[in-house]
Amino acid sequence: MAGHSNYVPQSAAAKWLESRLPVISLVRGSFVDFPTPKNLNYWWTFGGILFFVLIAQIITGIVLVMHYTPNTGLAFDSVEHIMRDVNFGWMLRYLHSNGASMFFIAVYIHIFRGLYYGSYKAPREISWILGVIIFLIMMGTAFMGYVLPWGQMSFWGATVITNLFSAIPLVGDAIRTWLWGGFAVDNPTLNRFFSLHYLLPFMIFGVVILHVWAFHTTGNNNPTGVQPKTKQDTIPFHPYYTVKDFFAIVVFMIAFAWFAFYVPNYMGHPDNYIEANPLVTPAHIVPEWYFLPFYAILRAIPDKLGGVAAMFGAIAILFVLPWLDTSKVRSGTYRPLFKQFFWIFALNAVALGYLGAMPAEGTYVLLARICTAYYFAHFLIILPMLGFFEKPRPVPTSISEAVLKSGSGKPAGAAAAPETK
Amino acid sequence: MSTMIKMVRSLAAVAALATAAPALAAGDAPHIEREQWSFSGPFGFFDRGQLQRGFKVYREVCSSCHGLRQVAFRNLADDGGPSFTEDQAKQIASEYTVMDGPNEDGDMYERPAILADKFPSPFPNEQAARASNGGAYPPDFSLLAKARAGHRGFPWFVFDAFTQYQEQGPDYIYALLTSYPEEAPACMGDDFDGYYNPKFLGGSVTAEECAHEHLTGGPIGMAPPLSEEIVEYTDGTPMTVEQYAHDVAAFMMWAAEPHLEERKKIGFRVMVFLIFFAGLLYFTKKKLWRNVDH
Repeated sequence: MAGHSNYVPQSAAAKWLESRLPVISLVRGSFVDFPTPKNLNYWWTFGGILFFVLIAQIITGIVLVMHYTPNTGLAFDSVEHIMRDVNFGWMLRYLHSNGASMFFIAVYIHIFRGLYYGSYKAPREISWILGVIIFLIMMGTAFMGYVLPWGQMSFWGATVITNLFSAIPLVGDAIRTWLWGGFAVDNPTLNRFFSLHYLLPFMIFGVVILHVWAFHTTGNNNPTGVQPKTKQDTIPFHPYYTVKDFFAIVVFMIAFAWFAFYVPNYMGHPDNYIEANPLVTPAHIVPEWYFLPFYAILRAIPDKLGGVAAMFGAIAILFVLPWLDTSKVRSGTYRPLFKQFFWIFALNAVALGYLGAMPAEGTYVLLARICTAYYFAHFLIILPMLGFFEKPRPVPTSISEAVLKSGSGKPAGAAAAPETK
Repeated sequence: MSTMIKMVRSLAAVAALATAAPALAAGDAPHIEREQWSFSGPFGFFDRGQLQRGFKVYREVCSSCHGLRQVAFRNLADDGGPSFTEDQAKQIASEYTVMDGPNEDGDMYERPAILADKFPSPFPNEQAARASNGGAYPPDFSLLAKARAGHRGFPWFVFDAFTQYQEQGPDYIYALLTSYPEEAPACMGDDFDGYYNPKFLGGSVTAEECAHEHLTGGPIGMAPPLSEEIVEYTDGTPMTVEQYAHDVAAFMMWAAEPHLEERKKIGFRVMVFLIFFAGLLYFTKKKLWRNVDH
């Protein structure tokens, strides 16, 4: 990372600091001078967007904690206190609750970008695996955050998910009791969820640094999947990608603001405006929308332990994805068959999400089973076999060659760039 | 290769089926009509007169069973609300009695409410409420307009995000209040002496004789609360059940989302700023990248 820095300390103070803690050249090397492939498209801006959402969630979350009370008797009313009496409390809370959804929208796009362009393949396996770990911590954080307002869906969602652990043979019941801190979802559960909900985002932040470190060591992937070969293939991260990412973040903020200011409850469930009541079970217990595909997989398996194993397996399989895909070609752009299966997989994931929201009965169960089977078949059968059967299109020898071929080159006689040094 | 294409096609068919599936299992969920509300859409605002009328309906009809425990009397004079004057709000508060204490002698005592107090609930607890209402629990009004929604289904819920449809709660409340039939369906039997509402989401008709009647809704504990001229309007607004239902539903939306106007106003400024700023950034980016083949 620091190795990419062109930084030479000028002032005496900078020289003093640099010889003791080279933090300036570290940041310069990572986010200013870092050589980045010049052909990254807008799908690559979601990394920066995710970083923005993470920081936004942490800031709004820290302020919300100043007014929230993690106690089963007070939590629901303290959220209403935020919504009604705290200055701009409604804005903080709507930004935070919709921010969680925006986080998942961005992360799913980011993951599917990686899937399409083969960003998980050598030499970026570690970056990919760290990304899956971030995704897992995100899911834990979001789940526990949803419990905090102590509405009906908070309580019953927590009950359903923690009960899953009782499916583990022999120690299941003990684990569940340990998670609850008692014999039902109650005040100790809410307190520990609150504690962990505050802790995990900082762990995400830490793993994000490792995630970036890893792909800054290998270099970014790019739409061609071809490693940069010469200096002509890359440009410095700043100002080119700082400005491009900033533009993308502001466009993303427009969508974010649309939800937070105009339809703030669109992605929530009305039952969560009813205070938790252990004696009244909602007609349909559904998780937040971003868990629905995994919820569909859970319910598709008729056996409880099997369902839990399939649900966790659906995420765990991502860890070994780099070794399941046998194709030598990295980018989906040059893989005619993979491209089709990628879109079927994406459609299948959306279908699973839809089925997760529907009651588990009749045709829905059958469809959920087909989609679940296809989800696993994509990783376990289709991807390993495609590498052998598919005839990829010729891959360009370099990024520059691919760019020139696509015909988006600079106009002849363009003026010299004043910003180049 | 051709088998591959066949496989792709059959999978696409499965996906199409999955999206068409709601027709298979929607059952007999009540259809909730959409109403016109002043507070819908990006420039939505509360009609002050309507909120004041809705409050009157709440106070004279609903409040004998339904609480409003999250709302304080001072809120009645807040911006973006019914906009009573502070003196009017004080006057309203003083007509309620709240429990306070303990005093110097250690006793709890009753006193007239002040602006800082929240609306006292009609029953001390859920059990007392159920005991007085034939086992049914009249829910607190504070959040009801956000805690109820009819089933939307695919693809309508997708459009709702773009058309900013967030008024499912008031629509449902209006539908419920205006849909009591003269008599319960005959198939429910002569010994059914409760009330039936075809829009009620909280229950279903279980009588076997009704199995083929495609009844929506179900038995409800609440007697039809509104009738013509039950509340006196002094501003010439028609004193009909429909008008009362509209007014009280609007009032409940305000009670559930007291900062709705402020939210939409700020939202519009945020949007204008972000779109303008994004435009500037777009041209900055374009100029910066003009000499880079990419």
